Amino acid sequence: MPVDVEARVIRNTRLSSDYNVIALAAPEIAGAVEPGQFVMVKPGRGTDPLLRRPFSVFEVLRREGRVEGLTLLSKRIGAVTGLLFDVVEGDVVSCLGPLGRPFNLVDPPAEAWMVAGGVGLAPFATLAESLVARGTKTTLFYGARSGAELFYLDWFESRGIRLVLSTEDGSRGERGRVTVPLERELRRAGSADLESADIKVFACGPEPMLEAVSQLAAKYGKRSEVSVERVMGCGMGGCYSCVIPVRDAGGGHHYVRSCISGPVFAGADLAWD
Amino acid sequence: MSDLSVQIGPLTLANPLMAASGCFGYGVEYAGAVDLSTLGAVVSKGLFLKPREGHPPERIVETPSGMLNAIGLQGIGVHRYIAEKLPELRERRATNVINICGSTLDEYVELARILSDADGVHALELNISCPNIKEGGITFGCSLNGTFDVVSAVRKVTHLPVIPKLTPNVTDVASFARASEEAGADAVSLVNTFLAMAIDVETRRPKLSNVVGGLSGPAIRPIAVRMVYECQRAVKIPVIGMGGIASARDVLEFLIAGATAVQIGTANFVDPFIWSKVLNGIRDYLQRHDVARVADLVGTIDTSSREKQWTSS
Ligand SMILES: Cc1cc2nc3c(=O)[nH]c(=O)nc-3n(C[C@H](O)[C@H](O)[C@H](O)COP(=O)(O)O)c2cc1C
Repeated sequence: MPVDVEARVIRNTRLSSDYNVIALAAPEIAGAVEPGQFVMVKPGRGTDPLLRRPFSVFEVLRREGRVEGLTLLSKRIGAVTGLLFDVVEGDVVSCLGPLGRPFNLVDPPAEAWMVAGGVGLAPFATLAESLVARGTKTTLFYGARSGAELFYLDWFESRGIRLVLSTEDGSRGERGRVTVPLERELRRAGSADLESADIKVFACGPEPMLEAVSQLAAKYGKRSEVSVERVMGCGMGGCYSCVIPVRDAGGGHHYVRSCISGPVFAGADLAWD
Repeated sequence: MSDLSVQIGPLTLANPLMAASGCFGYGVEYAGAVDLSTLGAVVSKGLFLKPREGHPPERIVETPSGMLNAIGLQGIGVHRYIAEKLPELRERRATNVINICGSTLDEYVELARILSDADGVHALELNISCPNIKEGGITFGCSLNGTFDVVSAVRKVTHLPVIPKLTPNVTDVASFARASEEAGADAVSLVNTFLAMAIDVETRRPKLSNVVGGLSGPAIRPIAVRMVYECQRAVKIPVIGMGGIASARDVLEFLIAGATAVQIGTANFVDPFIWSKVLNGIRDYLQRHDVARVADLVGTIDTSSREKQWTSS
C-alpha cells in the first residue's frame, strides 16, 4: 500500500544543464521500495502544474545503517521537471509510493545485463544494488547523447558493475546507439562456449530503444524486462491514461495500465504500437 | 458530532462525498488507500454492455489548473464488472453507483435491467454526457427529447435510483435537468467534462490522439458551480455537483450553490488520500458555523442585496 509523504528536499545536485538528482526525506517509501518501482511526485501545493509525475526511485539513501530517503534522477523537459530542477534544500515535494510492479531479479549463475538510454538510467541503481547483493554478475550498457550526459559511472564501477558505454556523438565510449554493443555481445554470448549464457536483459529508456532491445533479446534467446514511461495521471490505476498494448494469445493486443500492470513488463509481452 | 448524511431520492449516503466516474477506476484500485465504506458512494468507471478498448494514447494532457482526457471509455463491460468487481465492492461495504453508457436507448435499458438484478448496486448514473466517443451517450445528452426518452425508458425497468449525468456542453443546462425530472429521474449529476483541445505548436499536432477531449479539474470549477446553481433552481430533485473540487472549501461552495452531494474526480488523481482531509474540513466548518446537519447547508446561498458593513479601526 502506497503512502503519501510530504518529503523535505535534503539536497539538489545538478549534474548538467538539464539533469539533476533530488534527495528527498521519504524514509517510509525508501524503506519499502523494490527495484523498478516508482513514485508520483508533485513539487508545491498549487493547481498549476496540477498532476503528479511518475519517477523511478533512483537511489535509496542510507545513513548509519538507517534508511534516510531516496533520490530521483530528473531531466528538465516540462513544467514539473523544470520546477524540480530548481528546488532547494528544505523545499517540500509530495511523494506518493512505492507504486507499480518491480523487476524480477536473477540469481547466479545467470547474469544481468542492464540497458539504459539517457534518463532511463534511473531504475538501475537500485536494481544493481539488489543484483550485487545476490552475487549476480551485472553489466550496464549505457547510452546517451554525449559523454557529458553519462552519469554515475564511478558509482556503478565501484560496485563491481561492468560498464559498456556509447554516445551518439562519439565523445565517450562507442559512437552510436547502445543497441550496437548490446547486439555484438549477445551474438558473442550466443555462439561462444561462455560459461554463463543464461542472461536476462533489463532495459529502460525511450520506447523505440526498448522495442529494439526486446527484439534483440528475443532474437538471441534471452529473457528481457523493460520499464516503460507512459504519460500517467494518477499512478494508482484510476484514470486509464497510461495504457500500453500487450499481446493476447489470439495474436491481437489489448491495453493494460502501465502503472499497475507495469511499469516493468516482459519485453515479449508488449505489442509495441 | 454533526450529521453528514444526505439523501439522494430513496438512497441515504453516509456523507456527501462521491468518487466521480472514470476517476476512481472500479473502486477496488483504491481500496488500499481509502476505506471504501467511508465514502458517500463510489461511482464506477463508465460501463457498456461489452468490453471496450478505448482510444490509443496519448489519452490525457495537462492544461492550466486542469487536464484534458480522451480515454474513450476503455472498460471491461457490465458482465465482467458484476463478476469480478462487485463482489469485492460488496465485501468492502461500498455504496455503488454504476455509471452506464450506451450507443442506443435499448442498451441503456438492458444495462439497467442487468444491474437491477445484481446484488450490491445502489443507484444508476446515466452517462449521457461523455464528450469523447462518437456513438451514443452525448447525442442523448445534447437533446432534450433524447434526455427525456432515455431517462423514462430506464425509469420503467428499474427500482434503483436513476441519476442522469448532464453535459455542460449545452446552452441551457437547467432545461436538461427539468427534462430529467419530468422523465422520473431521482436526481441529476453535473458536470461532465467540457469539450476542449490542446495543440503542440512545435509539431502542430493535437496533444490527444482523439484530437479533442474533456476538460476537468480546478479550471472548470466556477462554471460548474454556476451550472449547479441554475439546475438547483430549476428542479426539486437533488442535484449532485462536481467539477474541479479539490478541498473542503470547494465542496462547501457546491453545497451552498445547491448541490445535495458532490463528486471528486481529477483531485483524487493528485491526492488519493483527499477524502478524509475534505471530510474533516467539512466537519470543522459545520462546527464553526454551528450547523447540525450538512444537509442544512444545501442551497443556502444568500443573494439578498448586501448591506455595507465595516468595522472602524
Ligand atoms: C480521466 C477521466 C475519465 C472520466 N471518465 C468518465 C466516465 O467514464 N463516465 C463519466 O460519466 N464521467 C467521466 N469523467 C468525468 C468525471 O466523472 C467528472 O464529471 C469530471 O472530471 C469533472 O469533475 P472533476 O473536475 O472533479 O474531475 C472522467 C473524467 C476524467 C478526468
